[in-house]
Amino acid sequence: MGNEAELLPGTLDLLILKAVSLGPLHGYGVLLRIGQISGRALLIEQGALYPALFRLVRQGLLKASWGTSDNNRRAKFYELTSKGRKRLREETAGWNRLVAAIASALAAQPQEI
Amino acid sequence: MTAYFRSLAGRFFHRSQTENDLEEELRSHIQLRAEALERSGLARSEAERRARLEFGSPERFKEECREAIAGNFIDVLFQDLRFSFRMLRKSAGFSAVVILTMALGIGATTAIFSVVDATLLHPLPYPEPEQLVYIQDDLTELGARDVGLSQPELNDLRHSGIFQEVSPAWFDENNLTGSSQPARVRIDTVAPSYFALLKVSPQLGRTFDPAYDAPGYMPEVVISDGLWKRLFAHDPNILDKSIRMDTDLYRIIGVMPPGFNTPGRTSEERNIEVWAATSFYGPPLPDQPPRNRRNIPGVIARLNPGLTIATAQSRLDALVASLQKEFPQDYPPQSGWTIRMVPLQETIVGNVRQPLVLLLSAVGLVLVIACANIANLLLARASARGREMAIRQALGAARARLTQQLLTESLLLALVGGMVGIVILLGVKDLLVNLVPDSLPQLNKITISWPVLFFALGASLLAGVTFGLAPALRAGRLDLTHALNQEGRGSSGSREQTRTRRLLIVTEFALALVLMIAAGLLLHSFWDLLNVRLGFNPQSVLSVRTRLPYPNDVSIDKYATASDEAPFLREVTRRCLSLPGVEEVALGDTASIPLDQTQRTLNLIAEGGHFLFTVEGRDLAGNEPSVVDRSEVTPEYFHLLGIPLLRGRSFNDADTDKTPQVAVINEAMAQTYWPNEDCLGKRFRSAKPNSPWVMVVGVLANARTQSLAEADELQFYQSIYQVRAKHLAVLLRGHFDNSVLAEEVRKQIQSVDPTLPVFGAQTLNQAVSGSLAQRRFSMRIVALFALTALLLAALGIYGVISYIVTERTHEIGIRLALGAQTNNILRMILTEGMSLALSGAVAGLLCAVVAARFMASLLYGVAPVDPAVFIGVPLLLFAVAVLASYLPARRATQVDPIIALRDT
Repeated sequence: MGNEAELLPGTLDLLILKAVSLGPLHGYGVLLRIGQISGRALLIEQGALYPALFRLVRQGLLKASWGTSDNNRRAKFYELTSKGRKRLREETAGWNRLVAAIASALAAQPQEI
Repeated sequence: MTAYFRSLAGRFFHRSQTENDLEEELRSHIQLRAEALERSGLARSEAERRARLEFGSPERFKEECREAIAGNFIDVLFQDLRFSFRMLRKSAGFSAVVILTMALGIGATTAIFSVVDATLLHPLPYPEPEQLVYIQDDLTELGARDVGLSQPELNDLRHSGIFQEVSPAWFDENNLTGSSQPARVRIDTVAPSYFALLKVSPQLGRTFDPAYDAPGYMPEVVISDGLWKRLFAHDPNILDKSIRMDTDLYRIIGVMPPGFNTPGRTSEERNIEVWAATSFYGPPLPDQPPRNRRNIPGVIARLNPGLTIATAQSRLDALVASLQKEFPQDYPPQSGWTIRMVPLQETIVGNVRQPLVLLLSAVGLVLVIACANIANLLLARASARGREMAIRQALGAARARLTQQLLTESLLLALVGGMVGIVILLGVKDLLVNLVPDSLPQLNKITISWPVLFFALGASLLAGVTFGLAPALRAGRLDLTHALNQEGRGSSGSREQTRTRRLLIVTEFALALVLMIAAGLLLHSFWDLLNVRLGFNPQSVLSVRTRLPYPNDVSIDKYATASDEAPFLREVTRRCLSLPGVEEVALGDTASIPLDQTQRTLNLIAEGGHFLFTVEGRDLAGNEPSVVDRSEVTPEYFHLLGIPLLRGRSFNDADTDKTPQVAVINEAMAQTYWPNEDCLGKRFRSAKPNSPWVMVVGVLANARTQSLAEADELQFYQSIYQVRAKHLAVLLRGHFDNSVLAEEVRKQIQSVDPTLPVFGAQTLNQAVSGSLAQRRFSMRIVALFALTALLLAALGIYGVISYIVTERTHEIGIRLALGAQTNNILRMILTEGMSLALSGAVAGLLCAVVAARFMASLLYGVAPVDPAVFIGVPLLLFAVAVLASYLPARRATQVDPIIALRDT
């Protein structure tokens, strides 16, 4: 547990969008997928996932439909809308710019100034 | 937009589906996680425990999800509302009590407000009412107000550039002949521009041509809807028909709409039936009226747009100054002539403002007391629900959210209560309107209009917040550990809560006391007025009115002088005396009917303004009253009313219009003008030019024939055989059936002159009682409110003491088990109640002293701090408090120690 990182505020939505972009998922599946793609390095409070999902549905970035899970259970599946796809692209680009900027700032050496 | 509302409605009514889905989704997550954990080797039960733990509080996330779904305030509100409805249904009894209390409070407040709205706030039902003013002449140096205007002054005003229109509204009666019975109609003589001034239109035909400026009366009249119905049965071909009034012929040119009332000061003046127009010069008035002949009783005008009253008044002052310079003869400086302008609505509602404000304050207090009562009930329930709140909070409900939820509940209660109140009010509205005395100006019909409904809504919301705030805030500050540790019967109220409840009861008591004292003062005044020494005997006296015509053509006037009229008067007296049961008969002008409020203006008009007068050999200074009440009567009048002659003589047959004028004055007038000398033989006369001297021949004892409240109004009487009067009253004393006799008198008068209307039969007792109508109304309503307040306060103290008893059952059980006597227990509990009542009484007395000062002018013969009321009322309230605490206290003594101790 010791090497898990706390999520930065606002990044949960981005992670959910990314996870769902790889294929429709139910809530628990989203959790598993994020764990899988992040190399289990991120700590997510499980319950907090749902308010975020509902928020994204209301913003029209995700759409939800009831279906049947692998083990034949009724479950609600989330998939990305085209608006969600667009948002994911923008946010990803924005995130990369931010990371690059912060990395470059942190890598700065005294002689470069 | 409709789709939006449909979706809102959908969410409101079908939320359970979403709610179930949410529930299922979260549960399935936990299930899946548990299965995964089980697969990784955990035991089933351990796996489920871990899964729940990792998930966190489902309630909190559900709440967050709901907000995420709803995303806006309205949804949260709907959710709260649905929850509130459930709560209210669950405790139906409690809700019913709160809703009924609220319904009473809001219903009563709205009822009074509807009266205030129609009379005080919107007294003038005409377009741009703020432009309407009343204009009066004052003679400030003589202490005389509203003395009337002259025709040249009217013209000056019209051409001053200050007003759009100026018109007198000269109230009088007229004899309308031509229908089956001669009828007396109420008429306003106005300028042709009158209706243009008010900006009102007829329902039928047209009104006067504002440009008319020929001498004399226009041969046209406009009639009211009421008269159209009463005399012409809504004849659709009424236009251009002729009617004869006071022997003159007029053509009907228009009918005003139903509900049209004129801005008059008395109910008679507001219910005009006929309007006639004149230019106020030419027959029967002089062709060139002099400046100092103030025969126009008062004028209304519409200001030019954009002009404030203050600006207009300063321009008017300049006009007055220039006129004084131009006509020094007519406006001597010692009279102090000024023209004053007041908002028209002031002349109509000025007198009723204070009583109405009193009523509104009284009902407001009742509402506040009702709120305090409900707050108390809610606090009691809050402690019962303390556990519920604690659990919900422990499960993750935010404190702000709980506060919001409780406040929604209170608002809902208040709104439902308000609605019930309005529904009840609509049901009993007609009943209430009938309670309102005629003397209250109702130019606007009293209705439950939109503004009134908005007021009710606002009052309900305010009330809901007022009584809901304390319990709601408390719920937010709940001490979880403490509340959850209380086993079983919810938390017993904390000390803080008991303190809040006591404070509320003390407030309630204080306010109830203020109301009761106000009611007590009014009641005491009323009682004193009823038992005042009248100075005359109103028993078994009937008064019947008639009126002689004033034709515009003076030459055809059958009753032009007192000598012309005398045969008629003697014949009526003789015939009336012969009627069965009649013992005494006297005639007089309308002012001679004691305490008849409705006729006072007529009296002034008959005289052409107030009777300003001067005493021979003396200049009256402004600090001496120079306005007196006058009346013309037959010599029998004083004996009939039982007013004793103290000195000198009454009138006799030798006093006619050919002999020098004589008068009998009352003691008050003698004392005022001839304090240290014999007034007999002294002379006075009207301040009007060329008036004859009048010699005092007798002095009467003071009698309250003008006003019950005024002990010594100045009065004098002249013989009706010497000074002509045309608005007549026949007074009859004896033993008879009033309505039968009234009919007999009509026959007798009409057999002398068949063109005369006979009307207005009333007993003097009715007149006395009628003069108290407005006081009676205020007193009854305030007393009703005070009783309600007393009842509410009693219920409040009963509730709190009951609560204290329940809370201390355990303690009482122990005391009893340890050998306490029931008397000790009784005393202990009663002391609680009495200490509350005592604190309330002290606070209330202080407030009442202040409140009573504002009421001073509504009181009669009672000092604002009347000892009887200020001692008696608190005692009464205290007795009620003791009784209300005694009932629960007795229950405390019946506590069975074994049960009380076992239950804990």
